[in-house]
Amino acid sequence: MTDTVLFQAFVYLCAAVVCVPIAKKLGLGAVLGYLVAGVLVGPNVIGLVGHEGHHVMHFAEFGVVLMLFIVGLELQPSLLWKLRRSIVGLGGLQVALTAVLVAGVALALGVHWKPAFAIGMIMAMSSTAIVLSTLAERSLLKTGGGQAAFSVLLFQDIAVIPILAIFPLLGVAQVATESGRPAWQTGLLVIGAVAGVVAAGRFVVRPAFQFLASVKLRESFIAAALLLVVGIALLMQQVGLSPALGTFVAGVVLAESEYRHELESDIEPFKGLLLGLFFISVGAQIDFPLIGREPGTIIGLVLGTMVLKLVVLVALARMFDLDRPARWLLGFSLSQIGEFAFVLISFGISSKIFGEEVAAPLVAAVAISMLLTPLMFIVLERWVLPWATIDTGDARPQDQIDHAETPVVIAGYGRFGQVVGRLLRSIGIECTVLDLDPAMVDVIGRLGFKVYYGDASRVELLHAAGCQRAKLFILAVDDAAQSTAIAKSVREHFPTLPIMARARDRIHYFELLSHGVAAAHRETFAAAYEMAIEALRSLGYRAHTAHRLARRWRAHEERELAEVAQMWARKEERSTIFARTKQAFQEAERLMREEDPQVFVEHDGAWDNDALRSARRPDDEAPQSRDESS
Amino acid sequence: MPRRILVLFAHPMLERSRVNRRMVEGLGTLDGVTVNDLYERYPTMVIDVEREKQLLVEHDVIVLQHPFYWYSAPAIVKEWLDLVLELGWAYGPGGTALRGKLMMNAITTGGANDAYHRDGYNRFTMRELLTPFDQTAHLCGMKYLAPFVIHGALRLGDGDDLRGHVAAYRTLLADLRDDRVDLDQAAAAATQGGAA
Repeated sequence: MTDTVLFQAFVYLCAAVVCVPIAKKLGLGAVLGYLVAGVLVGPNVIGLVGHEGHHVMHFAEFGVVLMLFIVGLELQPSLLWKLRRSIVGLGGLQVALTAVLVAGVALALGVHWKPAFAIGMIMAMSSTAIVLSTLAERSLLKTGGGQAAFSVLLFQDIAVIPILAIFPLLGVAQVATESGRPAWQTGLLVIGAVAGVVAAGRFVVRPAFQFLASVKLRESFIAAALLLVVGIALLMQQVGLSPALGTFVAGVVLAESEYRHELESDIEPFKGLLLGLFFISVGAQIDFPLIGREPGTIIGLVLGTMVLKLVVLVALARMFDLDRPARWLLGFSLSQIGEFAFVLISFGISSKIFGEEVAAPLVAAVAISMLLTPLMFIVLERWVLPWATIDTGDARPQDQIDHAETPVVIAGYGRFGQVVGRLLRSIGIECTVLDLDPAMVDVIGRLGFKVYYGDASRVELLHAAGCQRAKLFILAVDDAAQSTAIAKSVREHFPTLPIMARARDRIHYFELLSHGVAAAHRETFAAAYEMAIEALRSLGYRAHTAHRLARRWRAHEERELAEVAQMWARKEERSTIFARTKQAFQEAERLMREEDPQVFVEHDGAWDNDALRSARRPDDEAPQSRDESS
Repeated sequence: MPRRILVLFAHPMLERSRVNRRMVEGLGTLDGVTVNDLYERYPTMVIDVEREKQLLVEHDVIVLQHPFYWYSAPAIVKEWLDLVLELGWAYGPGGTALRGKLMMNAITTGGANDAYHRDGYNRFTMRELLTPFDQTAHLCGMKYLAPFVIHGALRLGDGDDLRGHVAAYRTLLADLRDDRVDLDQAAAAATQGGAA
């Protein structure tokens, strides 16, 4: 029974559901929760899952692939270009320096130079999966240190390709590549595959998603998104590239498409679950009996490597002018050895660089260092960062690059949203736009606007659109029920984000205000108001007078509207509200026409009033100016 | 060649005006005179600066016609001055666009003539109260002429008095157009034209 898929799923889900919330509550982070869950269900503690752990890990590695796809989606090529210095410089130096230093230590310990260098390269890798999810979980990804960590990880992911090419050269026996192709053919294939992914992203995927979006079947959209990622991963495996890197490229290509946010929020749950599974299987793989046999070796290996990596990273960060908190963030976050090490170690065995007796402690060290990473973050946040920020006076690392996040998010880009968006854009205020009409998204997108397809009432999409950092949310969808739903959702999940909303009519206006919308505007009011002014002018009123009268009326109208909105918020009877509204309409007319005669016989009193007061006689011919003395 | 005259007219409540309205109506048929009704053209006070600059370039005499509100002009005239008379265009380095033009105010006041006197309750003469306009013209290289003033506009009947003022205003502008005015004398005078 323990071999069935359902039972496996049950165990893994149980472990996740029990351990992760507890870890979170204790402030240890979800990643540590998963790792501990893995240790618990693994063969050494409860033993619910055993040797099939390897297969599960293979499957779960797909979580890393999905994560890199999402990372790619969030990275416009322009941002990638901006980071080029830290990717190539910082990343390159980190890998080279760490590899050389580790190899040096290994040589000093009497290891042959070939395995020594292989081990150096293995140890240089950090864990993209753990670090990126931990940084994201703690909202550190967009700080200076977070960006640097990301750059280094990206370089490492790319560096895996040449390292995989070098390994066979270090081996005792030449191992033929899987397909037996010569290297130049492989090179061509790799370039062709990457070019294919880029071209397909541009010319095939967008029209395909457009079609799927127009069908309005969410399942088929999600299926297509997964198909895309699986397909690319397969293609990359065929040509010998890391699937994660391939999907990352695909993500970058699609980062500027209008379906970016929708793809992101569709893939996100799968990514989360699979990554969790991945961490659990890492935990389950830790070979405790081995540690028991050689505690000194393992501990030395783990501590030595982590300290060395930390020192290298902090020194490099200093060289690259990162501020103090960013330096320590980089050092602490990337000091573990990553999941690519598992891949490289098994490749090292098959390339006959080293044998099982070297590999086993290495695997254990890698797993333990990953297990320690969440603890490193806790040390970093509790003790190191407060200490590192004291001198600089910074409360926390400064936000550096604001990705594609814009200060304004507009939901609904129809006739209403467009006016707001175009005006703001003309002043240089960029907006992220969400719309549900694929045709509209396509047209507006071609005009050069940043428009995304998606249902703005979904929380994941709001997150993906950057609501956590936006300064203003403009709610301009035309359907009143949907609009209210979005308003509720935004208020609930982003309580500090001000909402300005388009209101269909008075009722909708009141509803929006009662849900905490900062300002609502009845959608046809402004146009009707302008037309009323035009009407006054065409009836012979002076332009300035028409505007003044209209403003006065509008001020009264808005006072009354605010009052009724409060009645609405207090949930008073509809009949009471209706009666009040009717009364207010009448009041407006009376005020404008009767009670306040100077509205129409406008007070023209900026004259020399002293003269008026003293010199004025009752004179029928004199104009009826308001006399302040009368 | 006759001078071209631009009347910058500002009255926020022309419906309530009799004197200013009649003055403007009186100019209607005068050749070479352009009336620019500021409150009608810019009801929300958003002024089209380029249009106004073009008008200034096309004319030789600038007449600011307005009721005398709080010893100055209605608000839109100030807004107009603030925006249109740009640095480097109207004054300052390279600001020569208005050089050599003539400028004057055409004003209706509530108070009587004798109120605008050192011993009157307004304590200052019209020329003294108008010094900001005088200096504005001077800074832009324009010759500032004495104002055309109709005092006691609120007490003025609709009869011959008013007709006389309106005709005098029209005559003054026609004379300025056709160069029948001694400019030095007009610049030095207390007021000009009207039966003050």
